[in-house]
Amino acid sequence: MSRKIVFLLPLLVVVVLLVFFAVGLRMDPRNLPSALLDRPLPAFTLAGLPDRPQPLTGPDQLTGEVALVNFFGSWCVACVQEHPMLNRIQAEDVAPLHGIAFKDEPAATTRFLARHGDPYDRVGYDTTNRIAIEFGVTGAPETFVIDKAGVIRHKHVGPITEDVWANTLRPLIEDLQKP
Amino acid sequence: MRRAGPMRRGRGAALRRTALQAGAVAALLLGALIGGAPGAGAVEPDEMLDDPALEERAREVSADLRCVVCQNESIDESNADMARDMRILVRDRLLAGDSNEDVKQYLVDRYGDFVLLRPPFKPTTWLLWLGPALILAGGGIAAWSFYRRRAAEAPAVPAALSDREQARLRALLDDADGGTGDTDRADGAGDMDRAGPGGRA
Repeated sequence: MSRKIVFLLPLLVVVVLLVFFAVGLRMDPRNLPSALLDRPLPAFTLAGLPDRPQPLTGPDQLTGEVALVNFFGSWCVACVQEHPMLNRIQAEDVAPLHGIAFKDEPAATTRFLARHGDPYDRVGYDTTNRIAIEFGVTGAPETFVIDKAGVIRHKHVGPITEDVWANTLRPLIEDLQKP
Repeated sequence: MRRAGPMRRGRGAALRRTALQAGAVAALLLGALIGGAPGAGAVEPDEMLDDPALEERAREVSADLRCVVCQNESIDESNADMARDMRILVRDRLLAGDSNEDVKQYLVDRYGDFVLLRPPFKPTTWLLWLGPALILAGGGIAAWSFYRRRAAEAPAVPAALSDREQARLRALLDDADGGTGDTDRADGAGDMDRAGPGGRA
């Protein structure tokens, strides 16, 4: 009997390995957990876009209510894809949606918003090339959910899809909005 | 036959071209190997610090930090825009008086341990670091116990044949057909093995 187990052992090891591979191949290596989760917003200073009221200039503007902060850039193809969803989110008016434009030119950002619509309540423009590192952002688009206390509660990497909005972000926002 | 000439010459030229291409690729690879040695990197001259000692430290720190866009390159090697921003940040932090560890911690605080190319040794990574040693030890123990059991199992001198085996052997030798009728199935294959040398002895 113990002999049989010895012969089955290699098969067992292979099965375990295959399970690991199967799971590993399904995981997206770009989907990194944010190190900033459940931590207060980092300090930052942003400029506003010329000719656009309501600039997002610092973290103090993000406390007091649950808010979404979306990192975007006119250079970002996936942002173009995401933009109609952002317009819809703004129309649903669940929580304020702010935008942070990074690694961009102000004129290009303005043109981008004119062309695809401006779904943002406030827009901050990064002049330092630092904002992405401060937020641990690895690319665009990325979206953070900030709670009333100004603590980062969730990060979504990549375009917000209808599924992500309906099943992850919106329920989370509504949950955080409860007194 | 007349057309074979130019054709062969064409093939020769093609061969020569292939050989040249292979040579060029080999030279490129060799160049990449030599060029890839320490000293090369993606650091642009305008990023470098004036203080050579500080720049040296910046290179050292950068080599340990992962480019979060390309994922398997250090920021020192990567041409990604993000890597450039991180290299500049590393240099700014060093200029501000941070130690090498402070700079790494600054990025770990924002990107997690993932940003380090060498995972730190801590409870969640014990299995990662000790895994290979554990597997080696496990294999060693398995091999040791296997050989020890085999040594204990294998008798030094084959056991003498029992009366029953003797009788069966005689029957087999007498009966050239191999004797199907009178073989005793209960003896099993293990006994059959031992019958060979025992019978000869």
